[in-house]
Amino acid sequence: MDVQQQQDRQALAHWGEDLAVEVLELAGMVVLERNWRCRAGEVDIIALEEDPDDGTVLVVCEVKTRVGRDFGDPLEAITPAKVARIRAVTTAYLAQRRVGAELIRFDAIGIVVTGDREPQLTHLRGIA
Amino acid sequence: MTTRPDVSLPAHHAPPRPRTAVAHSIALIGMDGQEVEVEAMISSGLPRTIMVGLPDTAVYEARDRCKAAVAATGLSWPATSLTINLTPASLPKAGSHHDLAIAAAVLAAAGTVPEPATRRMVLLGELGLDGRVRRVRGLLPAVLAARALGHRKVVVPRGQAAEASLVEGIEVRTVGTLADLVALLQGRPVLVGLEGEPAPAAVASTAGPDFADVVGQREARWAAEIAAAGGHHLMLSGPPGIGKTLIASRMPGLLPELEVPEALQVAAVASLLGEPVHSLDRRPPFAAPHHSCSVAAMVGGGARIARPGAVSRAHGGILFLDEAAEFSPIVLDALRTPLEAGEVLLARSHGEARYPSRFQLVLATNPCPCGNSGVPGRECRCSPTVVRRYRGRISGPLRDRIDITVRMTPPPSAYLALGAQLPPPEATEVIAARVVAARDRQRRRLRGTHWSTNSEVPGTYLRTRLPLPESTDLLDQAMMRGLLSNRGVERTLRIAWTLADLAGHDVPDQEDLKMALAFRRGDTHALPGSA
Repeated sequence: MDVQQQQDRQALAHWGEDLAVEVLELAGMVVLERNWRCRAGEVDIIALEEDPDDGTVLVVCEVKTRVGRDFGDPLEAITPAKVARIRAVTTAYLAQRRVGAELIRFDAIGIVVTGDREPQLTHLRGIA
Repeated sequence: MTTRPDVSLPAHHAPPRPRTAVAHSIALIGMDGQEVEVEAMISSGLPRTIMVGLPDTAVYEARDRCKAAVAATGLSWPATSLTINLTPASLPKAGSHHDLAIAAAVLAAAGTVPEPATRRMVLLGELGLDGRVRRVRGLLPAVLAARALGHRKVVVPRGQAAEASLVEGIEVRTVGTLADLVALLQGRPVLVGLEGEPAPAAVASTAGPDFADVVGQREARWAAEIAAAGGHHLMLSGPPGIGKTLIASRMPGLLPELEVPEALQVAAVASLLGEPVHSLDRRPPFAAPHHSCSVAAMVGGGARIARPGAVSRAHGGILFLDEAAEFSPIVLDALRTPLEAGEVLLARSHGEARYPSRFQLVLATNPCPCGNSGVPGRECRCSPTVVRRYRGRISGPLRDRIDITVRMTPPPSAYLALGAQLPPPEATEVIAARVVAARDRQRRRLRGTHWSTNSEVPGTYLRTRLPLPESTDLLDQAMMRGLLSNRGVERTLRIAWTLADLAGHDVPDQEDLKMALAFRRGDTHALPGSA
């Protein structure tokens, strides 16, 4: 992979994360962190949501963006190993920060960009 | 679930309700089929496909085959959590023929095809990665099972249309690709593409080799005729090159055509073994396994669910064991149960498979390892112990089930010179006509019983319900002199009945009895008028 490709990918990922943040904020969440990283790895978005039933929920969200569906749905790339890594990073995050949340939830957002149509976005709540 | 970023989202969107769909397939255990319901459930979650319900490796891999085939067809595999369940869960499922039902259930759950359509039929076929529907092993027994289970419609690979159509009373639809199946389920016309079935090769109804080629060997020819007429097991013994194989391979030509249900069983066994079945072949089969054959190859075997062996391949026809004494004694003794029961029950870890095995046994053997023992004019180089041991390889219990034994000897040299002047040997057609007439007599006499040939009639029925010959002194004497056992008497009586049927006698006469005794004891040379 040359430098140009790598930059393109990072730009696409960043663009997708921007879109995801927009959607989460529209849904009433407060985004605390973006691309929070530690030794265990990185998570894309950390947010807080006020749930009428559950109270304050810490939402850890993974975002995956793909151009076209030729190589499968973006959400397919979120493997059990990846979920395990997100859990580890979340543990590290909670150890460092004091968050007033009663529950923790893991979400995933898949974005498919197709040439002429608007991007399609799928938000899955509680993936693990 | 899919939302556009530019519209405002509700604070909580309700998770979509899981959608399910069902399609039907058949799981085969031996020749018996059981219904398998393939359930597909789509629910929200990360995309993953889970397969449950005791699948074997081939079924488990169906997931990837179906996924690729769906993509190749231009449809989409649900990008959500997908659970495929094969019920009943306790029933082991093997093979690749569940692919079509799995793909149909998934497409119905995804809403691509209407769900009620998949409930009304049984789907059988393997999918290729490019969406083609491939042939499957055991289609015929599966379609038979579908009909027995009350299904009215079955979908099969296009290449196997002829095989499935052998089953009457069930509508057969064929598909060449997954796209065809989708069209069929959506109620659109299915286009018969270029991969339409090649015209089945014309079934050669021409019989195999003819008895007209067999010069001399009067007793052996006669024995073959009697064996064919009464369904008796036959042993031909003699030096190498005498014509044992020649005669045995011509025996199927003497047997009457199979009845349709039996011919279907024969075709079902062939289908299970993966042989192409194009039409209903009513000629009796002929199986001749090599003497290095294992027990599993002979009676059937294999892991998890046993596959049919040579005895089932010979069902309705002839099992010919050339060089019978060279077979392993364990293999030969394994024949005893199928011979007696007419079927084999093979228990393996995943279930008991039952295969039909009503065959006529024809053994050919040398009298000793060098082949010359007891042959006039030839010198045997084997020691008496070796000869005795060689003959003992065919165990007593098996030998006891053989009704007719013929010791073949080379024709006298003068005979060859005479050959040109002798009338030409009878053709298969002529002998077969006599066999058919004799079989008719047996069927008439045994009407109202479960048996149709003399060889099947049990001893008590033979002795008490059928008329005895006017004098049985001959048999009594043979028994008193220790030449015949109790069972031997019954067997002799059976051959006598077959001889009577061939000759058109209503009851076996003294001549029939005498000949029967000679054939039973294998000393046909003592017969009057024998060559």
